[in-house]
Amino acid sequence: MDVFDKPKITETKTKKRDIPKGLWVKCKDCGEMIFSKELAANLKVCPKCDLHFSMTAAERVAALADEGTWTEYDADLVSVDVLKFTGVAAYSERLKSHQRQTGVLDAIQTGLCKITGHDVSLAVMDFGFLGGSMGSVVGEKVTRSIEKATELKIPSIVVSASGGARMYEGILSLMQLAKTSGALALHAKAGLPYFSVLTHPTTAGVMASYASLGDVIIAEPKALIGFAGPRVIKETTQQELPDGFQTSEFLRERGLIDVIVHRKQLKETIGKMLDYFSGRGKRKFKAA
Amino acid sequence: MRLFTLDFEKPIVDLEETIAELRKQADEQKIDLSAQIKAIEEKLEKTRKEVFTNLTPWQRVQLARHPKRPYMLDFLQRIATDFTELHGDRRFGDDHAIIGGLATIDGQRVMVIGQQKGRDTKENLMRNFGSPHPEGYRKALRLMQLAEKFDLPVICFIDTPGAYPGVGAEERHIAEAIAVNLREMMVLKTPMIAIVIGEGGSGGALGIGVCDRVLIMENAYYSVISPEGCAAILWKDRAAASQAAAALKISAKDLLELDIVDEVIPEPLGGAQKDYDATAATLKKAILKHLDKLMDVKMSELLENRYKKFRKMGVVAKAEPKKRGKKAALPVAQTT
Repeated sequence: MDVFDKPKITETKTKKRDIPKGLWVKCKDCGEMIFSKELAANLKVCPKCDLHFSMTAAERVAALADEGTWTEYDADLVSVDVLKFTGVAAYSERLKSHQRQTGVLDAIQTGLCKITGHDVSLAVMDFGFLGGSMGSVVGEKVTRSIEKATELKIPSIVVSASGGARMYEGILSLMQLAKTSGALALHAKAGLPYFSVLTHPTTAGVMASYASLGDVIIAEPKALIGFAGPRVIKETTQQELPDGFQTSEFLRERGLIDVIVHRKQLKETIGKMLDYFSGRGKRKFKAA
Repeated sequence: MRLFTLDFEKPIVDLEETIAELRKQADEQKIDLSAQIKAIEEKLEKTRKEVFTNLTPWQRVQLARHPKRPYMLDFLQRIATDFTELHGDRRFGDDHAIIGGLATIDGQRVMVIGQQKGRDTKENLMRNFGSPHPEGYRKALRLMQLAEKFDLPVICFIDTPGAYPGVGAEERHIAEAIAVNLREMMVLKTPMIAIVIGEGGSGGALGIGVCDRVLIMENAYYSVISPEGCAAILWKDRAAASQAAAALKISAKDLLELDIVDEVIPEPLGGAQKDYDATAATLKKAILKHLDKLMDVKMSELLENRYKKFRKMGVVAKAEPKKRGKKAALPVAQTT
């Protein structure tokens, strides 16, 4: 016979609504509750454990471009449901709901700006919009951004954050890999620098095209970077994955990227690279 | 025989077996069953047409993966008078899932490159079921650049479920291997033709697919993701692959309408596996026809056209002005 009654466990329902949405954010890594304004002021990096949170394209542009220099291009491009993709959810519906939620039209912003005084053509992906997936709009805007850089003879920079090609646009999404990479071929032929910045996460189709093609490839710390998703690899190979597999640190160790840069030093680092690659050296050697 | 019968082929095989049975009876019992046999043969012909002229996208995927389907080497045996294989990426290894080398087709010397599947388990293990590692793409590029140097046109045979998702492939940077191919193929100074002969599995297919002409066999498919993969993600159920195959518009006819491929190469009724020789002959004719045209194009024009060809792929629209500049809702921080 039990002397003591079992303590009754009653679940106290926390009223989620008591906390205004978005006011506090919990860090996924260390569990720290961070005041969202503080997080934003810290470039969306956890003040306790340095986890780099996802940034919207607008936040990223603000963090990189010299103040007052950003001119956005092709802001009005929208995706078209060419395949009339109807699955469990219709693409057109998904697009609309994401546009409503995010206030942007697609997963990328492109434009011209200065970074530490250098003119650049900048493209910034937005993971918050359909997982940063690349359909025709993303591919077209990246391509135009690179072509603009070639035309203006300036460096091109793409900050990636993407789960890969956008399934809803089928084969058209796949062809964006060829289109964007082709634009980079011409940009490279013109002898212009292209920097690829990899942020969490950059995988699949984007990784198999422009994200891997940087003259310099910079990654943010602890980003997931790879071609196939870890789950797919595990299922296909029935193998345990190595520690830290497909993280920025793993890629650097294997010689696949140039450098890992903390978000707070990113602008400065890009600026320095631009100094090196802009032909502003002290003396030029004679071209043959 | 039944081992290689696809579900939708069953009514045909049933009839074929009935005919065989009747023939046997007629033979053994020395009775005349020719009238019955003829009736069933007519029915067979009708059924065959019905089944194969109304194939669903998913049924075509099954044909594209048919274990008896002709692969690159089967075609080379029939369309080339010589094939001298060249191995290795000169960096790490020789990938048997992508093979390449020098070949002569109707007197024309070319470089052929393509994915090769195995015919049996042993060969499939060696060829990794046609799923290339980074070395395969790097070998492909090495051979393409060799072709460029010595003025050989390049013919690529695409037939892969996809680039291999494995630890080693990631460690040796398969994404970069594919990306570099996409960039370099765009400016490679030689005529190039790609033919999707079976499976056109996403980036793994495109990695040798940036060519002046992209052709596809009637029952081949070309897709951004496998129907099963798409079904698993969007339907949360791999069994929804047939719906996914339809939704993704991956069959030859759809791809022609979408302007992704330049020509659909017809296959014998029932699929390429029914008649290797006839299929190879049609394929050879198509290759030579396109090659003939491409050889006459000035190099600068060829490259410009290639760029334009891929540059125009994709469909975008301009938003209604009211949608523009709409303010975002309160920015919500997302956990990574």
